[in-house]
Amino acid sequence: MSAPLAHLRDVGDLDEGRVHALFDTTDVMAQVLERPVKRVPALQGFTVATLFFEDSTRTRLSFERAARAQSADVMTFAKGGTSLSKGESLYDTVATLAALHVDAFVVRHPAAGAPHQVARWTDAKVVNAGDGRHAHPTQALLDAYAYRAAGGRPFDATKVVILGDVAHSRVARSNAALWAMLGAEVVLCGPPTLLPPALAALPGVTLEHDVERALEGAHAVMPLRLQRERMDAARIASMAAYARHYQLDAARLALADPGAFVLHPGPMNRDVEIEGAVADGPRSLVTAQVAAGLPVRMAVLYHLLVGKEAA
Amino acid sequence: MTGPHERILLRGARWVSAHADEGVHDLVLAGGRIEGATPDGPVDREVDATGLVGTAAFVDPHVHLRDPGFEAKEDLASGLAAAAAGGYGTVVSMANTDPVIDDPDLVRSLRERAAALPGARLRPAAALTMGLEGTRLSDAAGLVEAGAVLLTDDGIPVANAEVMRRAAEWAAALDVPIQTHSEDPDLRADGVMHEGEVSERLGLPGNPAAAEAVMVYRDAEIARTTGARVHIAHVTTRAALEVIAFFKARGAPVTCEVTPHHLTLDHTALADYDPIVKVAPPLRTPDDVAALREAVASGLVDCIGTDHAPHTRSEKRMDLLTAPFGIANLEVSVPLLYERFVASGDWPLARLLELLQDGPARVLGWDAPRLEVGAPADVVLLDLETPRPVDPATQRSKAAFGPWDGEVLRGWPMRTFVAGREVFARTP
Repeated sequence: MSAPLAHLRDVGDLDEGRVHALFDTTDVMAQVLERPVKRVPALQGFTVATLFFEDSTRTRLSFERAARAQSADVMTFAKGGTSLSKGESLYDTVATLAALHVDAFVVRHPAAGAPHQVARWTDAKVVNAGDGRHAHPTQALLDAYAYRAAGGRPFDATKVVILGDVAHSRVARSNAALWAMLGAEVVLCGPPTLLPPALAALPGVTLEHDVERALEGAHAVMPLRLQRERMDAARIASMAAYARHYQLDAARLALADPGAFVLHPGPMNRDVEIEGAVADGPRSLVTAQVAAGLPVRMAVLYHLLVGKEAA
Repeated sequence: MTGPHERILLRGARWVSAHADEGVHDLVLAGGRIEGATPDGPVDREVDATGLVGTAAFVDPHVHLRDPGFEAKEDLASGLAAAAAGGYGTVVSMANTDPVIDDPDLVRSLRERAAALPGARLRPAAALTMGLEGTRLSDAAGLVEAGAVLLTDDGIPVANAEVMRRAAEWAAALDVPIQTHSEDPDLRADGVMHEGEVSERLGLPGNPAAAEAVMVYRDAEIARTTGARVHIAHVTTRAALEVIAFFKARGAPVTCEVTPHHLTLDHTALADYDPIVKVAPPLRTPDDVAALREAVASGLVDCIGTDHAPHTRSEKRMDLLTAPFGIANLEVSVPLLYERFVASGDWPLARLLELLQDGPARVLGWDAPRLEVGAPADVVLLDLETPRPVDPATQRSKAAFGPWDGEVLRGWPMRTFVAGREVFARTP
């Protein structure tokens, strides 16, 4: 049995070997979920607390199901229903909850770095379930896992294009870090106002404003959700103009490798960042991504609380 | 502070200023003033200052004492005690309190309350605009009459150039300096740290260097065209320094300060996501830090302003977007600068003294503090030899925590006297 993972605050807490081990564990978890009784005792006696300072029912339920499917106890602290809404400091909240002998915190927060802060203040394991623009490592893991499970090329022979509002996207940052760690060629593409030049300093990453050039020969394409408020912040002229220049449509997808897969972290703005027909098309992994969420999060909790090898 | 003055004999210190090393002699403080090297009457108290270096107590043109309104962060008593412990004899308090110091009666009240406290002297700044709202001018003439020594909306940049121009016209006529927090509010936007590689990696909203340079240009041009003395607070970027050099070369009445934290920390300090180093303007790149150090050495920078900005521990344990901006540093600034720049051999001691004495006095239009016979007995005794760790447990500020906790430094103030009274003594 190898050492448990210390935390999963961002992709930097992983290395390549750990990622592949996580994928192997995910395969096992996916099999568990095919059984008539979809529960193993692996995390019996552990307590997992979801600590959501930002609404995301889907992500929260996915983590809670991942804990319960391994027989862990689950506590839920969500914004609105608890003292999280009373304006106490993050530290005070965490100190109170840590006193309940939580073994792992699953943290979603609008501010980048909140999971790092929580990890400093408790002895519990911390999983980042999305912090500001910074990181969403389980999303990146499930994206890469879905690509691998669908028969994608080896990562070190893969070109992945992350397309759109990179500036504001934690999904983009975590995927860029993860796919680069796995040896893929990572291209970040978007309009100049949504693709800060300083991102070029990320290891293994190149920037490209021209979507056609970016997509040439790509094996995985990941359009990002575009939010309407980017218009008001002088980032884009209009949603329509954005779609015209950057939407992943069938014509642009044809520039990619014929076997290219399309991934979208959801929720989608159909016909804004992605053409509806592409989202529903044969190369789309959207359904597989959703399905991968649960076994990937089961594997992550298992690696944090127990260790490396498959359950 | 009231009460009779003692005649205090400081024995055996080496006396220095930015311009002279007078060597070892005794110094007598009596009646609130420097009496000379020998007592002119019975000595009430002798202080053995052998091995220490004595100089005029320092002047800080930029502190936030949070009083009135935010006394959980700091109050006059704790803030002035912290200043004294930092070797400062005089501090200029910013106006961003609650209520804002935009009324002459508030200036008077601050001065009266401070005068009754043991610690550094308080010389209040007052707001440039009512409520720091950047729209209606404060009563500059009335505020100066009440004792305000500086006009500033520090903490909030004055967005409207026309308002800044008209405020500068008043300041020029009154011969009172304006201090500006020069950051373009739209470019700065919601940035919580320097915009660059580190902010992009950390996913934190960035504040670009251009936000400072463009506003410094505007404020310096207003200084040049109105004749108002404009003091640019806490300069952080190479670009802004280039703008200041441009205007100084043309004789514009512009001065500037840098803070101890911008001289010693860069934006990589945010990598651990600790709001203790969340500060406005933000910690910049290593190249900017190098530019600040060069500008200090070359004389382009007029003085050190600490921008001592205390907050409660609890506020600094909020998330990075919510936690307030500011570093509390009054008690550590002098040893920090001494250790990093003087003990290291980068600056002569005289340069540091210039930045803490003559420079701030020039910015404020005052005579440089000097330990001459008859001058106010504002004295600090420094231990330049003994290394001591930064120890929050011994600090006077309510914000007794900071980015240098535990660092071992030399150059600690051992005793501070203001108007001939001992307002600080460090346990050896």
